Amino acid sequence: MNTTVLNTYQELVNAAKARLAEACPENTIRIQVGSATCENAAGALEVWQEFEKSIRTSGRKDILLHRTGCTGRCSREPIVGIFVPGKMPVKYQQVDRDMAHQIFMHHVLGGELMGEQVLDRPDTAPDYQVLVCDAQHCGCCINGSAVETFRQQLAAAELDAKKVQLIPTGCLGFCSMPRAEHTTSVHIRPDNIVYNVKSVEDVARIVKEHLVEGRVVESLVSNETSINQGFFNLYGDVVFFNRQKRIALRNAGVINPESLDEYIQYSGFKALNDVLGKGDPDWVVDQVTLSQLRGRGGGGFPTGLKWKLTRQNVKDECYIICNADEGDPGAFMDRSMLESDPFSVIEGMIIAGYAVGATRGFFYVRAEYPLAIKRIEHAIGVCRKNGLLGKNILGSDYSLDLEIRLGAGAFVCGEETALIHSIEGERGQPRIRPPFPAQSGLWGKPTCINNVETFANIPALFVFGADWFRKVGTEKSGGTKVFALAGKINHTGLVEVPMGATIREVVYNIGGGVAKGKSLKGVQTGGPAGGIIPVSLIDTPIDYDTLGKMGSIMGSGGMIVLDEDDCMVDVAKFFITFCQDESCGKCTPCREGTKRMLEILERITAGKGEAGDIEKLERLAMLVKNSSLCGLGKAAPNPVLSTIKHFRAEYEAHIHDKRCVSRKCKALIKYEVDADKCVGCTMCARNCPVDCISGTRKEPHLIDQGKCIKCGRCFEVCRFDAVNRL
Amino acid sequence: MSTTTTKIDNRAEVLDAARAALTPEIVAFIEECTADEHVHSHLIRVLHKVQGHYGYLSAEQMDAVAQLLQVPTSRVTGVATFYHFFRLEPRGKYMLSVCLGTACYVKGAERIADKLQEELGIHFGETTKDKLFSLEATRCLGTCGLAPVVMIEDKVYGGMEPDQVPALIGKYAKMAQEEKKA
Ligand SMILES: Cc1cc2nc3c(=O)[nH]c(=O)nc-3n(C[C@H](O)[C@H](O)[C@H](O)COP(=O)(O)O)c2cc1C
Ligand code: SF4
Ligand code: SF4
Ligand code: FES
Ligand code: FES
Repeated sequence: MNTTVLNTYQELVNAAKARLAEACPENTIRIQVGSATCENAAGALEVWQEFEKSIRTSGRKDILLHRTGCTGRCSREPIVGIFVPGKMPVKYQQVDRDMAHQIFMHHVLGGELMGEQVLDRPDTAPDYQVLVCDAQHCGCCINGSAVETFRQQLAAAELDAKKVQLIPTGCLGFCSMPRAEHTTSVHIRPDNIVYNVKSVEDVARIVKEHLVEGRVVESLVSNETSINQGFFNLYGDVVFFNRQKRIALRNAGVINPESLDEYIQYSGFKALNDVLGKGDPDWVVDQVTLSQLRGRGGGGFPTGLKWKLTRQNVKDECYIICNADEGDPGAFMDRSMLESDPFSVIEGMIIAGYAVGATRGFFYVRAEYPLAIKRIEHAIGVCRKNGLLGKNILGSDYSLDLEIRLGAGAFVCGEETALIHSIEGERGQPRIRPPFPAQSGLWGKPTCINNVETFANIPALFVFGADWFRKVGTEKSGGTKVFALAGKINHTGLVEVPMGATIREVVYNIGGGVAKGKSLKGVQTGGPAGGIIPVSLIDTPIDYDTLGKMGSIMGSGGMIVLDEDDCMVDVAKFFITFCQDESCGKCTPCREGTKRMLEILERITAGKGEAGDIEKLERLAMLVKNSSLCGLGKAAPNPVLSTIKHFRAEYEAHIHDKRCVSRKCKALIKYEVDADKCVGCTMCARNCPVDCISGTRKEPHLIDQGKCIKCGRCFEVCRFDAVNRL
Repeated sequence: MSTTTTKIDNRAEVLDAARAALTPEIVAFIEECTADEHVHSHLIRVLHKVQGHYGYLSAEQMDAVAQLLQVPTSRVTGVATFYHFFRLEPRGKYMLSVCLGTACYVKGAERIADKLQEELGIHFGETTKDKLFSLEATRCLGTCGLAPVVMIEDKVYGGMEPDQVPALIGKYAKMAQEEKKA
């Protein structure tokens, strides 16, 4: 053990504690406002200013405004949390300037809850909330269900839902803590106490002593801090969050992304301390191998193995790169992580750098993410000042510094060899592998490239153990995966679930199901390199291997929900258009092949498809897949192949019957006025941009099909359902 | 017979001209970059800086960058044309970008794009005659939760409907007018 490291770290921790205690004395009321690109776009900045003003005018010194990153609950933003000491934390959703003012006057000053605006949970203000873990591997043995036992005991003690609210949750993350076998974790809010219970008697004691009499049952208290205790204390009562398992996102929405002190408060840099304190890079590589962490950037390559290979090749210089190019159009996990918890990515990078022997490190970030760039810049600066980057990190003999390099809007630069060219200041074109970057990368030196999320997992993996990490996932993939849930879903946002969760869980239990009551058609994963998983397969547990078998890939984690109105041929066309645009042009199969595929798809959606087109597409797809140079070309045909595989009938309907079942392809639909339903309100005629609807007031109207441009305005504006889309 | 060769060293002149083509801050930034052993690797950063200041990359500026970083002009042009982010022509006062990422696409971004082109009378990559608006398509701004989104300068407008387009454009046109008056 390197005692210098341990002491240096301990000093950091003590200093952080002291500063936090001073900044936020015990009786402070805290107002928490999120601040990430999403939140800001939804108006979080104005909300922040309003609170600032209100606090100033109130003259109160015991109210603190606290900035955090985002929780990933995009559709409900901006979210504001109010923490009054001794009271349950309350979160308000979709707050605007006016509401911020109301919240301040009524809740913060007046102590009155504004029920309607509370996130997902109107009307509840119980004295206590009891969060009980009902995840399988927590292995509770109390007659099968701890939740049920609590329910019975609460009923027996005559505590109804108004007083004590019982909330079954997914894994609270407490299973990482050392504790007796077969105990269930229970989290009591607002006291933020965690118990481990193993029998009916334990439950009875907690109900009687804690919930009725208000005394903490010391003998059952767990003194460890769980990985996401901070998170669950804030958001555990919200279904969207409590069915998740947060490792990579453990601090997102909890800490101030610009505060090193707060990061340290939640075990930040403890992993680095352990690693440098131990001083054995091989051990680090072994731990990562043991955890079965696989690269989250899309390929799913075992991270431990990548580190080992890089390490073997190091002679003098060696580089570590964080891939934050996030090119998948419809994914925003990496952005959110960098904006909400940049320190954890940096910590992961330093540990990786130490393990492989890196002498210099780079963040490659896409230029479209200005806030993320700003936050990393800030975090790097803070780390340098505190001896966490630069010479002799934490007093050890390891030195590393990080620099930022910006992308410039080229999807292919996410590919590792293209990315390296881009950092070298060249056109971002890929090259043939081998040699792999681990052998010869940046400036010809061994280079280790990992994704943002991969790095964000590293600190947790060391704090809670490789074994724990592995057990969270499936047999071959350890840990969790963050998905960016978007498209036709009720709750868009970021979702982190253990490997092996099913799409049904994500879409229905967490995402609240398909928007507007429509029916689910499929889920697109993996972005332009992925495929579409039809509704019939949504109960398959997802990890790298199962998704591959279904004709898709995990990819970086974009998950787009498609409903009955989405045409699969059109979606395939969308992705091929994307790949065609983004092909770097270096090799012919990708450059020309995608173009020809696009032409066929355009023909099909324009109603000019011919017999044999599907076979032609399949043949071309296989050719592009097998002979392209880099991953972009190799994967570009996937969306086409997977839609043909699962939705062949749709292609056939387009080609043979000239019909688009989802009524999306303009050339294959027409609009008609139903003379029986039309009351002659003239609404459609007034809205038609090309004036092709005739008819006088109170008479049925008629559409001139020759002139109609199929914009769909008439269909939308008719209040009598008289316009049909056929 | 003896031949005399006259050496003309105009390096100082060329460098002075290059410096004059850029702002002092950018020149200082480039000089900082030249301290690195891998000078060339800073090319993209420098181009970001130049575009950040001028709004686009002119031939003159690219030449200047080439001189100061000591890389061939062909390489600067090669890089500038490869990456979508770099613009080689001046842009309008307001940059309008429509997101055509997957999440926005399935939520009807195409209709917003059509409406914008119709209202402004320009296609993607073009600028209106009055030099007020440039229109651009982007792929995912990372705010998919608000899809479909339009970004004007750095302000994001989420949950767009085609109907809202005219008013949005009007708002900025008016802003420009008022600015002019003031
Ligand atoms: C066309 C293409 C685009 C890619 N885009 C990204 C990206 O945006 N982010 C990323 O982390 N990896 C991306 N990758 C994967 C990288 O090449 C590389 O495998 C990854 O960064 C390795 O990190 P990991 O092992 O942690 O996943 C892309 C690959 C290809 C072929
Ligand atoms: S497969 Fe496509 S993107 Fe990759 S090198 Fe070839 S042309 Fe470029
Ligand atoms: S679809 Fe559009 S163009 Fe056609 S009739 Fe309706 S409003 Fe007019
Ligand atoms: S909530 Fe931040 S990603 Fe949307
Ligand atoms: S797809 Fe439009 S913001 Fe992501």
